[in-house]
Amino acid sequence: MTRLLPYSAAALVALLLALLAGIAIGETQLSPSVVYQVLANRLWDAGYLVDPIDQGIVWNYRLTRTLVAAACGAGLATCGVILQALLRNPLAEPYLLGLSAGASTGAVMVALLGLGAGALSLSGGAFVGALLAFALVLLLARASGPTANNAQVILAGIAGSQLFNALTAFLITKSASAEQARGILFWLLGNLSGVRWPSVWLAVPVALAGLAVCLWHRRALDAFTFGVDSAASLGIPVRRVQLLLITCAALVTAVMVSIVGAIGFVGLVIPHALRLLLGGSHSRLLPASALGGALFLIAADILSRTLITGQVIPVGVVTALIGAPVFALILVSRRKQR
Amino acid sequence: MNIMTSAPPVALLACQGLGFRVRDTQLLYGIDLNVNPGETLGIVGPNGSGKSTLLKLLAGLRTPSSGSVYLLEQPLTRQPRRQIAQALALVEQQADTHDAISVFDAVALGRTPWLSALAPFSAEDTAIVDQALADVDALHLRQRTWSSLSGGERQRMHIARALAQRPQLLLLDEPTNHLDIQHQLSLLQRVQALPVTTLIALHDLNQALTCDRLAVLDKGRLVALGAPLEVLTPERLLKTFGVHAHYLTDPFDGACILRFRAP
Repeated sequence: MTRLLPYSAAALVALLLALLAGIAIGETQLSPSVVYQVLANRLWDAGYLVDPIDQGIVWNYRLTRTLVAAACGAGLATCGVILQALLRNPLAEPYLLGLSAGASTGAVMVALLGLGAGALSLSGGAFVGALLAFALVLLLARASGPTANNAQVILAGIAGSQLFNALTAFLITKSASAEQARGILFWLLGNLSGVRWPSVWLAVPVALAGLAVCLWHRRALDAFTFGVDSAASLGIPVRRVQLLLITCAALVTAVMVSIVGAIGFVGLVIPHALRLLLGGSHSRLLPASALGGALFLIAADILSRTLITGQVIPVGVVTALIGAPVFALILVSRRKQR
Repeated sequence: MNIMTSAPPVALLACQGLGFRVRDTQLLYGIDLNVNPGETLGIVGPNGSGKSTLLKLLAGLRTPSSGSVYLLEQPLTRQPRRQIAQALALVEQQADTHDAISVFDAVALGRTPWLSALAPFSAEDTAIVDQALADVDALHLRQRTWSSLSGGERQRMHIARALAQRPQLLLLDEPTNHLDIQHQLSLLQRVQALPVTTLIALHDLNQALTCDRLAVLDKGRLVALGAPLEVLTPERLLKTFGVHAHYLTDPFDGACILRFRAP
């Protein structure tokens, strides 16, 4: 507990530096002092003279997308930690388990078909889709054997993902105009371009709330180390904790997908890397993964804007390009450890 | 019907008419058992006789198909998991992890039922974990990682974790399985010296002779219950285990030991 303060301070500094980089770097390079002046003007009326165009870029464009990137990264990494702990499966992750695909289908249904007649927001549709997809994947895994092993759950997840992606593609082809289809397809690959302040006010609280719920249950997550029966005999109400935390993961995933589309590998790579560094204790792993996810996605977003001049690569493509090889490296190094 | 009037038995842990089935297979039939405070009660029986299943039911990890379990005279199904875990600890036969976890952290999981979300891990908790490690003669392994332990060492850590729960009742499922002979004997000795009531499934019948009482399971039925020498008669051993057996007396200390022959 005495070490909590320096670590939190270091985490805060790292996050602030990353946010600064996310705001300053881009097609129009801004100096850190301009960024500071705009933020100071906005936050406490400092009254610096700043070019209104720079002011607009910083406040309405870069700051919002960087904050949403941080929230998404933190949220998805937290989801990865929960799913890996509860399913006792090192490969569990919202993207690989079909949650993201289900959320995409749900959101597209609401956007294209007007499902729920306005009562259901994009995030609501995504939430329903994510839960349905996860239920389907677990049923499929259960049906493939009474004691489904790790690989079977992931195979079921891939089957679920494929099904929901096909459903999404079908819906787009059937119901979307060419213009809509282009927009949706770009969003599906993971896209931070469209985010403005309302998205920030949705993503940031949801990521923080998700992290808080998980931290509250950190000892329960630890208790799953030796399996479900072991957790139960350590006094964990297994069903209730599983239901609550998986619903929480589905909700966080759904909100993130409805804002930025399906971004993969954050929930896989970040918790894995940090588990190797810090060990399995969730009181350290959860906040570290949230921070790591935030930094990772901010960096991925910067890359997505700067890799090709004048073009934005979908951020989901960047995370997959970085995430897949890193994951391969982790696999190899884990094998060497044994 | 006298369900309402029949009082639950006076025992730390008890079951009445306990049955369990998985789909069409009946694994346990109407088991009645009382565990008395302070005793070491051994469960023996051939492979597949239902020893592990009985322990899981008694620990509340499975819901019985018929009958009920009473912990401290209260029906188990009406008690919250946390309350059960404060009174009863189970060491399973196979529980392992691929997580990079230290021995201390693995044993410290035993404190889970006593900690809340806001309470930090206190110096007292640390002392209890260290005592549990000392109880299984493993204080020197404290800083090791789980993956560096041998099978036998892992088994001792599982028992240390159960002890860190500070339970009144310890349920052990064949705890000596992976241990070398020295650790088998020292572990049994330590378990029997602990101030907790112990229910222990055992394979080695000579080791089972050291228990206070024995319960013999045969194809899911409780076929004998009582003092070891009264229960493990040559006739019983032939009928349940399918071996001829007779008792020898050790000239060194006068102890009875069993010698087996294939039929």
